[in-house]
Amino acid sequence: MGETFEFNRSGKPASAGAAMAASDVKQWFVREVLPLEAMLMHFLHQNWRNKAEIEDLRQDVYAQVLEAAKNEIPEKPKAFLITTARNLLIDRIRHNQVVPIDAVNDLDELNIAFDQPGPDRAAIARDVLRRLQAAIDLLPPRAREAVLLRRVEGLSRREIAERMGVSENTVSDHITAGMRALADIYLGEAAELRSGR
Amino acid sequence: MSNDINATASRFLERRDLGQWTDADQAKLDAWLNESAAHCAAFWRLEAVWQDADRLSALRSFKPQTAKSEPRRDIWPAFRRAVAATVVIAAAGTAGALYLLQPQGERYATPMGGREVITLFDGSQVELNTDTQIRIAPGKRMAWVEKGEAYFQIKHDAAHPFVVQVGDHRIVDLGTKFVVRDQPGRLEVSLVEGKARVEPLNNNAAKPAILTPGDVAVATATAISVTKKTEKHLASELGWRRGVLSFDYTSLADAVAEFNRYNQKKIVLASNAPAHLTMVGTFPINDVELFGRVATLVLKVHVANQGDKIVISR
Repeated sequence: MGETFEFNRSGKPASAGAAMAASDVKQWFVREVLPLEAMLMHFLHQNWRNKAEIEDLRQDVYAQVLEAAKNEIPEKPKAFLITTARNLLIDRIRHNQVVPIDAVNDLDELNIAFDQPGPDRAAIARDVLRRLQAAIDLLPPRAREAVLLRRVEGLSRREIAERMGVSENTVSDHITAGMRALADIYLGEAAELRSGR
Repeated sequence: MSNDINATASRFLERRDLGQWTDADQAKLDAWLNESAAHCAAFWRLEAVWQDADRLSALRSFKPQTAKSEPRRDIWPAFRRAVAATVVIAAAGTAGALYLLQPQGERYATPMGGREVITLFDGSQVELNTDTQIRIAPGKRMAWVEKGEAYFQIKHDAAHPFVVQVGDHRIVDLGTKFVVRDQPGRLEVSLVEGKARVEPLNNNAAKPAILTPGDVAVATATAISVTKKTEKHLASELGWRRGVLSFDYTSLADAVAEFNRYNQKKIVLASNAPAHLTMVGTFPINDVELFGRVATLVLKVHVANQGDKIVISR
């Protein structure tokens, strides 16, 4: 993969001098931002009524965070993530012609405590298997079976298809759906389970 | 919108993961990623989780070395291929009396939550599950299960059948792999592959049963009956060898009983707990707290962690 990237969605040339290496941005995103997803989702659920839009909002927050990071990696990922989310929610309300009265519970309350230190990295690492296990267990049965056969047993699409008695296309569907659900549970919900200890 | 992006990202990832990824495929992915930050976010996010999911394969590492380094394509055929014969025995207290009459052999035992692999003189292996005691005759193809559960991987030798005695029954290996489990008052033998014979020690008791793959023999003091189990079911019953318990529409009561075999910290069902509700899933064998948390979520039960025990109620 290329060492640097540009986002040219808006047609703007990327600022050549300040661009961060794509690998750095990616590493930062995976290490610092993704572990905060449970907190982000909690924040969005608390402050946005239309649950159908939450996945879109998460996607937009991430996109904005990455846009910013390609120029400079934010020093405080937690604060940056929540501020971005908060501004996005405010923007959405302003751009809506009719303000949904209860779209937001109370924007002033959006300043949730995001300066608390997170769990240390070693603790997170020890917890990975446990969280994965919990997330896997919550997948729909067919998706779980396909994901385990692929990721744990290393079977090919065809072998999985034979095992499950379905077509290879269906196997792909199960696996891709499983991937997406796994990410949602593992990054979002499983972490909440964990904090409920 | 994010649904489409996520769907596309997962398709790329799924195809790349298959290992037939060409430069052209990579170019397509790069182009797509360069289209927007949202694409990058979606792909990196799924990729990170998918890579983490690789750690699930750690669960495989509990397999005994007899599986050699042959590629693990499939849990079931892999251990099926590994040795000539496989026997799992679980014995209840009833076996004790017999042992007293035949106090020979070397004794092996595991504590609750323990697991141990013993290699016999002929290369056969015995893997002891939690809270198990067995005795092995030195230099002979003979073993007694006194208590608990054991997985026998027996090198087949037609001239010298391997005999495992449990209580007042014995299992004779006829070139097979099978699972034997004894609960109070009954012995259960599940045949994985090949053939085995289950018979009472006393010839006047029930007739011997010859088992074929998938057969499950249940032997009591008076009778031996045979039913069928699916391969998947048998495989999940051997989850303990990989350090996991697998439930497939298992009732809460049965799942709790399984966990309690392995852990000092007991799970207790309150009288109002929905013991009949079933669950599906695989758990680390020693993580009762995780089980409690998942039960809370899936079965909507109340779980109270009281230090030395976990109480599940409605």
